[in-house]
Parts: sequence; C-alpha cells; structure tokens
Amino acid sequence: MTATWLIARRELGSYLRTMSGYVIAAIVLFVDGILFNVRALGAQQDRLSSEVLSEFFFNSSGLTMAAAIFLSMRLLAEERQSGSMVLLASSPVREREVILGKFLSAFVFLALMTLAGIFMPLLILVNGKLAFGHVAVGYLGLLLLGASALAIGTLGSTLARSQLLAAILSGSLLVCMIVVWMLGAVTERPLNDVFFALALWGRHFPPFQAGMLNLRDVVYYLAVTYFALFASIRVLEARRWN
Amino acid sequence: MIDVENLSKYFGERAAIHALSFSIAKGEVVGFLGLNGAGKTTTLRILGCLLLPTSGSVRIDGLEVTSNAHEIRGKIGFLPDVPPLYPEMTVGAYLAFAARLRQVPAKEAASRVTEAEEKTALRDVHNEVIRELSHGYRQRVGLAQAIVHKPALLILDEPSAGLDPAQIIEMRTLLRGLHGEHTVLISSHFLTEISQTCDRLLVIHNGELVGQGSEGELATAMGQGSSMVELEIRGPSAALVEKLAQIPTVTKVNARPGVDTTVVEVSAASDVRAAAARLVVGQGVDLLRLDRSESRLESIFMNLTQSPTGGPQ
Repeated sequence: MTATWLIARRELGSYLRTMSGYVIAAIVLFVDGILFNVRALGAQQDRLSSEVLSEFFFNSSGLTMAAAIFLSMRLLAEERQSGSMVLLASSPVREREVILGKFLSAFVFLALMTLAGIFMPLLILVNGKLAFGHVAVGYLGLLLLGASALAIGTLGSTLARSQLLAAILSGSLLVCMIVVWMLGAVTERPLNDVFFALALWGRHFPPFQAGMLNLRDVVYYLAVTYFALFASIRVLEARRWN
Repeated sequence: MIDVENLSKYFGERAAIHALSFSIAKGEVVGFLGLNGAGKTTTLRILGCLLLPTSGSVRIDGLEVTSNAHEIRGKIGFLPDVPPLYPEMTVGAYLAFAARLRQVPAKEAASRVTEAEEKTALRDVHNEVIRELSHGYRQRVGLAQAIVHKPALLILDEPSAGLDPAQIIEMRTLLRGLHGEHTVLISSHFLTEISQTCDRLLVIHNGELVGQGSEGELATAMGQGSSMVELEIRGPSAALVEKLAQIPTVTKVNARPGVDTTVVEVSAASDVRAAAARLVVGQGVDLLRLDRSESRLESIFMNLTQSPTGGPQ
C-alpha cells in the first residue's frame, strides 16, 4: 500500500500545484452557486427546506459527474503523453497500486471540492430549519456518484492516448450509463428492470437527493466503482503487451 | 547479470526483434548499437520489464522477466529516451518520490537523493522546478532518478539524445563515473560515446544481433585490425601509402585525397602511430595531424549494419 499512498500524495500535490485543479473547482463552485440561487432558492419565498436541498443535490450531481470527468482525464493519459508513465512502469509498483493511487488522489480532490460547497445548504438556516440527516445523505450520494464517475473516467484515461480522447471516451461512457434509464422506459419486463437497475443516475441517485439512504443504492455505486477500477487495472496490465 | 535466449517480439506480423541471444556479466558496461528501428528500444523495454516478449527467455539476476517483473524492477534503473519527469515538481521532491517508489526506506531517501544529485551535478538545482530546467539538466535529472536507489542494473536508452556538445561531454563524464558500481547497458547513436564508455558492444540490425565483442574484437573480426590510425598530410601521398603498407602488422592502408590535404587511414594489428609518424617525416611530407581513428567504430558499425545478413558474431 506504500506505493498507492506515494502515488496518491504526488497526484494530489499535482492538482494543488497546477492551475487545472483550481480552474475545475472554481468553475464547478461558481456554476453550483448560480444554480443554487436561481433554481434551488428561486423567487418563491415559501419553499420547504427539503425541496431546496433536493434541488441543490440534483444540480450538484450533474456538476460532480462533469468535474469527475475533467479531473480524471489526465490521470493516466497525461502520463503516457509526457512519457512519465515509464517511471511508474519501471518501478516495483503493481498496476493496481498505480490505479488506486491515482483514483484516490482524484477522489480526495473531488471530495474537497464538493464539500467546499456545503455553505450553500447551510444558508437555509438563515430563514428556516435544516435536516442535517438529509444534508449528510445527500453528500454521501454525491461522493458515491462522484467516485463512480471518477472510476469510469479513470478507465477512459487508461484506454485513451490523449487527455482529450480520455474526456470524450469517459463522457460517452457516462452518458450511456445515464441514458440507459430511457431504454428501461421503452422496453418491457424483465429487460426494463435490468436497464433501470443499471442506470447510473435515474434509479439510484434520487433517493439520496430526497435524503433517503438505501443499501441497494450504496452497493450499486460501490460496485460500479469497483468494476471500472478493476477494468482499468486489467487494461494497464495488458499495456505490457504492446 | 543478464541472460537473453532466443528473444523475439512481434507487433502484429512485424518482428521488432528476432531470436536475439546475448549475455552480460555483472559489472560490465555494454553499448547497444543499431540504426533507428533496429530493435534497440524494444529490447531495452523488455529488459526494463515495460514490455512482454512474444517468445524467448530473459533472465535478470537469475529471475525470468515474464514471471518476476515486480522483483526485477527493484534491481534496475531505467532511463528512456525521453526522461520520465513530472515538470511541476522540484528536482529534490521528484528524486525523493522516485527513491521511495523504488523501495528506498523513508529514512534513507534524503541521503540517497543527495548522493544521486552529487553524482549528476544537480545539487545547485535541488529546489528548482523541473519545468524551468534546461534540456541538459532534465536529462541529468532523468539519469539521477535511474541511479537514486543504487540499482544493480542500469539501462540507459540514448542518454545523450538532444544534448549540445558541451552537455554530451558532461554526460559522457557522468557515464564513465558509473563504471564499477552498476552493470550498465547503454544504447546510443553517438559512436564516440559508446567507444569511450563501454567495455563491450552489441550491434543489432533489423531485430537481429549482428555482432558482439569489444571494439578491437569486432575490428579484428571485420578484418580491420585491432588499431586504426588516421593521418592528415600535405604533399605526395602515393609513395607514402606504399611505405606505410610495408610496416609490420599493418593490414590495410586507405588514402582519401582532399583539396589541399590527404587523409590516410592505417589499419594494423598493433599501435603503429610512432612508426607511421617517423615514416611520414622521413619522406619529407608535411604531417598535419595524427591520431587514433575515430571512424573505426563507425566503419565497423556501417559494415555490420549495411550487409543484409550482418557480419561475424
């Protein structure tokens, strides 16, 4: 595990030392703030706190997924583009340590960025009451959704040769996993059950958004994260063949 | 240290290397020569556990690379043609990271970094960000990361690529300083560098080994004698060439007339510089220059790599 921590620490340092991490965080927080003011709070003065929170987590989920794609696109693709991957590949470091270290660094940065927006739901306290359980479950949902999107982004970055391709590939994978929900709406049972169960957002995020914690949804996001990271490790191992 | 037997690597239908076999003993400094696309980098990447072979066996320190890559990686230092750097890091932080990745204990990392920086003359840029360093410095940082964990085997792919003449001389001095501490395999386009740094040469052409041995052994095998002297003279050369050919141990004399001067190459089984100098002066011809021919290795290299079947092994 030492190598995983070493890689994660170096990567996190890289996010903090270069502009790209700050730019992504600034854009996400800025857009999130605007959406919170315009859509969540809105002009209506008599909205329930739970409605405001639900709208906030709805907006934040989209932004978290977008941020995850932009944060993960550089993870492996940049290393291959610049040639620095050779340092890791020629060191006694296993592929799983490389992938986990990189994923972990991006996840910590994404988590810091997501939690930096917590002042928005807390603003509800100015004019009303706040269910802290709802906030905690909503943020857990954002982090689980973010982890899944990051893992899919890591897989895209492992497969692609450039950061741009990685972003396009990961974005496409993510969109496919979201719109699979629509296929469920136009097919019959039992196929539609499968599509609904696989959908990254439509079935599994709304409960978090509403402040409900279901084990099924937690397991789903952990499973997607595990599967995407496992596939990334396999792809990296296969790179030794060419 | 390295035992390679019948090593082949195919990319699709194309063989990058085919049935390569050679051995390198512990402590040897070996030069790997070949034209672009000859298969040098592919071979080095297999030895560096970055690439898997299609067939054949590669053992490093008795361990097979296909099944023991993790263990072998701890014993090697690898410098690819493009140094694997993180531009946003400082030199010191980068080398400490490389040392820790190569399982140097945290307590020793700082001293190993200092040692590597001293060997590669990087102490003065310890706190500099890599992005702001010149190409020569970056190449040195690349070499430092390869030696920071004191590996038994050092694999250097084109360590002088892209350097200016002054930096090439510096790099050559650095490479000479590695003698005795590591087993070193260097691939380079600079024949002078190989000639001055390595104990033995491996010449590869079209993915196959076409020659191996010391420069002298290769020259003898190629019929060029074990010593080659180059003279630059002004004056009539025809009689002189005949006399030079009569010196005992001389095997071949070749004159290349220029505008004012003539360059004469003398191949011999022993060092004939003194005898050749006496002869030229005795003939009343102006001797402008006399030295060991730098083109000997070039000539061996060209002979080995121009023939489709290669030369002697």
